[in-house]
Amino acid sequence: MRYIEPHGHMVSRVTDDYIDMVTAGCACVCEPAFWAGYDRSSVNGFYDYFCQLTDYEPKRAAKFGLPHFCWLCINPKESEDVKLAEEVVALIPKFLDRPNVLGIGEIGLNKNSRNEMKVLEMHVDLAARHNQMILVHTPHLEDKLKGTRLIIEVIKRDKRIQPERVIIDHVEEHTIKLVLDAGFWAGMTLYPESKCSPARAIDMLENYGSERLWLNSACDWGVSIPLNVPYTALEMKRRGWNAEDIDKVVYQNPLKFLSQCKKFKLPKA
Amino acid sequence: MTRQQVLDLYFMDARFKLIELAAFLDRVDRAEGQADFRLDAFRQAVGELDGNKPERAKQVLLAFSDPTAEPIEKAPGKGAVGAWPGKGG
Repeated sequence: MRYIEPHGHMVSRVTDDYIDMVTAGCACVCEPAFWAGYDRSSVNGFYDYFCQLTDYEPKRAAKFGLPHFCWLCINPKESEDVKLAEEVVALIPKFLDRPNVLGIGEIGLNKNSRNEMKVLEMHVDLAARHNQMILVHTPHLEDKLKGTRLIIEVIKRDKRIQPERVIIDHVEEHTIKLVLDAGFWAGMTLYPESKCSPARAIDMLENYGSERLWLNSACDWGVSIPLNVPYTALEMKRRGWNAEDIDKVVYQNPLKFLSQCKKFKLPKA
Repeated sequence: MTRQQVLDLYFMDARFKLIELAAFLDRVDRAEGQADFRLDAFRQAVGELDGNKPERAKQVLLAFSDPTAEPIEKAPGKGAVGAWPGKGG
């Protein structure tokens, strides 16, 4: 089996995870910028983090034969501080030409506040000005429905953005149709305690079809399972999916979306 | 999949989770003190499982969701608790 892990926070994982992922058939990993678990004290913290994502982490992944790509932003969890966000958004263009940078992400909302909205709009403008693709984080739990609606409004309002170059991640049963109907790609995140389980993700694939959908583990420093994409592929097999249809979801779909970025190239098998 | 196949694959897992849910509600009942908005939301969500209504998973998620449309003035923190406390919360 082959698969792409399109959303993994590998800086917070151990090298054993890289070994397990490659052994399971992972063809590449893509790492959106995210919250460190604490607020960074200045823009310099982001400079260091972006260096880690664009320099050190791809080298660490390469030791296990795994291509590593990333997305850059200030995460919505740190967006209440608009001044800091302005400094980080001004820093990002210095990194956009680096070979493993795919675009702006994971931007979005966390608690759906006015400042988070301002920072989201700043990121969307940044992506538009630099012709970058976008990866969007939608809020957790009770805030997801409202946040997803607000995010869609913000992105649709900016006519420079092509919806097919945007993926809105962490959809669940109450948000997936909103995202797909608006023309965006949708990501389903496979978590053990929140977001969605492998069984529910497959339910959604069976209900909504597999166009413009991908699966990811979003593994990070919290409760998460780096192999949840291949585990879900196994679940699909148990439910009678054939190998070609599984491959479309776990490999060809992310390949199709990510290949809209010219820098996204995989080594020939 | 046929219904029989779905039951073969998922019945034991669903049975396990249903008993966990029942035990959780028993545990809340045995405990002292006042519950908060989360229990009301939970009971409302459990109601969505009843009968033959379609899209139960979606309805459960909606029962826990903030239904408002306007951004809030300021984020009260970073975390989510799983249920909407209401406009006063």
